[in-house]
Amino acid sequence: MIETIFETPRVKTISLAVPDWPGHRAGQHVDVRLTAPDGYQTQRSYSIASGPEDQYVSLTVERLEDGEVSPYLVDELRPGDELEFRGPIGGHFVWTDELGGPLFLVGGGSGLVPLRAMLRHHRAVDSRVPVRVLCSARSLELLIYREELMKLAADDLVDISITLTREAPSDWRGYRGRIDPALLSTTGWARNKQPLTYICGPTAFVETAAAGLVALGHEPGRIRTERFGGTGV
Amino acid sequence: MAVTRGFVGRRAADSSRVPPGQYVTKGFPVLSAGPTPYTPLDAWDFTIRGAVEHPVSWSWTEFQELPRQKFTVDIHCVTKWTKLDVPWSGVSLDTFLDTVPTQAAYALAFSDGGYTTNVPLADLRGGKAWVVDEYDGRPLDPEHGGPARLLVPHLYFWKSAKWIRGLDLRTADQPGFWEMFGYHNYGDPWKEQRYYGD
Ligand SMILES: Cc1cc2nc3c(=O)[nH]c(=O)nc-3n(C[C@H](O)[C@H](O)[C@H](O)COP(=O)(O)OP(=O)(O)OC[C@H]3O[C@@H](n4cnc5c(N)ncnc54)[C@H](O)[C@@H]3O)c2cc1C
Repeated sequence: MIETIFETPRVKTISLAVPDWPGHRAGQHVDVRLTAPDGYQTQRSYSIASGPEDQYVSLTVERLEDGEVSPYLVDELRPGDELEFRGPIGGHFVWTDELGGPLFLVGGGSGLVPLRAMLRHHRAVDSRVPVRVLCSARSLELLIYREELMKLAADDLVDISITLTREAPSDWRGYRGRIDPALLSTTGWARNKQPLTYICGPTAFVETAAAGLVALGHEPGRIRTERFGGTGV
Repeated sequence: MAVTRGFVGRRAADSSRVPPGQYVTKGFPVLSAGPTPYTPLDAWDFTIRGAVEHPVSWSWTEFQELPRQKFTVDIHCVTKWTKLDVPWSGVSLDTFLDTVPTQAAYALAFSDGGYTTNVPLADLRGGKAWVVDEYDGRPLDPEHGGPARLLVPHLYFWKSAKWIRGLDLRTADQPGFWEMFGYHNYGDPWKEQRYYGD
C-alpha cells in the first residue's frame, strides 16, 4: 500500500503498487482477502477506482459502521502494509473507448467508484465519446471525488450533474432529492441517441435508476448495472 | 498464506454450513447485470425446448396448479454472502422434466431480460432444483427474480436464474451470461469455483 486519501470522513481511497498487474478495464473489480493470525479469512469485492492508464491501482472504500472488512481497510491499513487480492474480475460492467456511446453514467454514493475509472480512461485516451454523469450523494461533503468531478466538468465532452438527497448548501445550484424519471430525463440522453448506460450504487438506487430509464423507453440491453448491496443514498 | 497485519475479523456462527470464502448475511442482497424486467403474469410461461421432440409450455395458471413444495435451504452468492435457512415455495424441476423425454445432458436456462445460465441436467433432477415463486410466504419480489426464478441452491446463486422463462435442453454444454464473462462454468461453492480456472 502506497498512500491513502480521505474522500469524505468515512471514505478513503487506497493506492496500491501491484507488481505484475496484468492491467484492467474500467469498471472491473478485485476481491480483497484478509487473513487473521489464526488463519481465518474473509473476502469482499471492491471496484477499481483508478483508470487502466494510471500508475497505481486504487480502491475507494466506504466505512460501514458494523462492517467486518471496510472498517479494517479505512481505519487500520497503513502505507507499507501488504494486501492480498485477486483480479481484475468482471467483463460486463466495463467500458472501453471502443464501446462508444454516448455514455450515461449514474452513480449513487460509493457507486461512483467504477464510473470514475471509466472517466479516467475516457480522459487518458482522449476519447471523443460524449459523456453525461449523474451523481447522487447525501450532501456535498459526502460526495466522493468532488474536486476531480468539478475539474472534469470543464471538459466540453463531459457533462456532470449532481443531486443532493439530504442537505444542500443554501446557494446550491445543482439538483436536490432522490433520482426519479424526471431527473434521469433532464440529465441523461434522449432515447433516440441510444446511449450506453452504466448504473452503480446501493441496490435500491440501482433499481430506481434502471427502472426509471426503462420506463422512459431506453433499451434494457444498453443499460448495465452493478449493485453494491446495502441500502441508502 | 500471508497474515494481514492488524486484521482480526469475525467468525461465522456455524462454519460447517458456510462454504470457504463466504460470510453470513441477514439481508438479501441483489446481483443482476441490468434492469429488472416486469413481466405480467398473463404473458408469462415456462417452456422446455431444444433437444426434445416437442417443446412444452406451462402458463402461469398451469404452473400454479402443479404440485408445490415448501422448503428451507441455504444460498451462496459468488459475491461472498451466504444466507442461511431461506424459506421458499415452488415446483420441483422433476415435475417439469419428467413429462419431457430427452437425450440432452445440459440445460441453458433462459430468462426475461436475456439472461442465461448453463447447468448440467443431472443437477436439475433428483429434487435438487425448483422453479420458485414465493419467498418467506409472499410472492417473490421482482428484484429478487419474481414472478418466478430458478433455484439450484447447491450451486452459486447466479445459477438460480431470476425471471426464469424456461430451459433450452442441449446435448452439448454452452456457457451462459456470467459464464462467458469469466465466471466458473459449474460453480460449486464448496469447491470455491468462483471464476474461470478455479
Ligand atoms: C462488485 C462489487 C463491487 C463493490 N465495490 C465497492 C467499492 O468500490 N467501494 C465500497 O466501499 N464497497 C464496494 N462494494 C461493497 C463491498 O464489497 C462490501 O460489501 C462492503 O465494503 C461492506 O463490507 P463489510 O465487511 O465492511 O461489511 P459487512 O460485515 O459485510 O456488513 C456490515 C453490514 O452492512 C450491510 N452492508 C453490506 N454491504 C453494504 C453496502 N454496500 N452498503 C450498506 N450496507 C451494507 C450488511 O448487510 C451488514 O448489516 C462492492 C460490492 C460488489 C459486489
